Amino acid sequence: MAAKKKITLNRRDVVSRIVRDRGDVLIVTGLGSTTWDAAAAGDHSNNFYLWGGMGGAAVTGLGLARAQPDRRVIVLTGDGEMLMGIGSLATIGVAAPKNLAVCVIDNQHYGETGMQETHTGHGVDLAAMAAAAGFAHTGTAWTKKDVEAVIPHLYETEGPVFIDIKVNTDYVPMVLPLRDGTAIRGRFREAVLGDRAHD
Amino acid sequence: MATTKKKAAAKWPAQIFKTLKDADIAQVSYVPDAGHAELIKACLADNRIKTTRLTTEEEGIALSLGAWLGGDRSALLMQSSGVGNCINMLSIIQETRSPLLMLVTMRGEWGEFNPWQIPMGQGTARALEDAGMIVYHVDDADDLADTIYAASQIAFNSYRPVAVLIGQKVIGFKDWRK
Repeated sequence: MAAKKKITLNRRDVVSRIVRDRGDVLIVTGLGSTTWDAAAAGDHSNNFYLWGGMGGAAVTGLGLARAQPDRRVIVLTGDGEMLMGIGSLATIGVAAPKNLAVCVIDNQHYGETGMQETHTGHGVDLAAMAAAAGFAHTGTAWTKKDVEAVIPHLYETEGPVFIDIKVNTDYVPMVLPLRDGTAIRGRFREAVLGDRAHD
Repeated sequence: MATTKKKAAAKWPAQIFKTLKDADIAQVSYVPDAGHAELIKACLADNRIKTTRLTTEEEGIALSLGAWLGGDRSALLMQSSGVGNCINMLSIIQETRSPLLMLVTMRGEWGEFNPWQIPMGQGTARALEDAGMIVYHVDDADDLADTIYAASQIAFNSYRPVAVLIGQKVIGFKDWRK
């Protein structure tokens, strides 16, 4: 296990920086902190917020990416959420969607349940697991400079792309987006499909 | 399976495949089962169906939601033992009132030899119903295509999760004396 590096990045700063360049990109967020982060960075009809289904964010992104091969899809999720669906790295590696990027906002803790430590604080390297599963590009970011370097990969590099961004556990206020699942999916489908949304 | 009570070259897998095409299914995801082997082969051979092999069944629930968010109808294939893996993930379908079409080949019921299959097989329908799904159990191969088509219509027109359980009576069971 590598010696622990000091982590200075604030999760809200990182997510705000990522979505600043979003254009018409579709974003799926995972239960729970990344859903609040995306809301804090600015609500958008191209956001699909998961408030449940822990472990399902990356594969929700895969289904969407396969249905919309001409749109870029970015999954923003937490380390605990990704670990619960860790097999989905293999599923995505094999499916090999060119338009999908998975970005883990990794604070090494279960933020919604009392800040218990996750495996990533104990040596588990998610980017290495994604690489071993066949992702086309993987990386880990520790600094602001690293974040600037990985953002083009999230948006442009042929996927599947996996980026792990190490963030600290500083307090951030809760910012809650839409909560009603039917409203979230209705708005998202209208944004993506237009008139076809209600077929 | 080495030997079954039913004929090995049954027609129903091809009928299911045609039904999925008739229902405009664009994505199929699966965890393999011997009962689904022919259908999986047919899906893999069709270049208009996007197939996804899963490591565990609940991935298929999330994948189906994502596919539908992007405008694709999908079907999820699994064995009954995989149903237990899906329960919490089914909540994302319920809460977003989204379609789900699940085709489940049954173990642990008609003529099962492996006692370890019984607990999940006997609880499959109840577990799905408790999770809020509409469940059809088919024991006659001649009813399969119609039932799956009807299930697809409820799923995609009425935005509901529907499971069709393909009975072990249809699939046939391993006769361990031979």
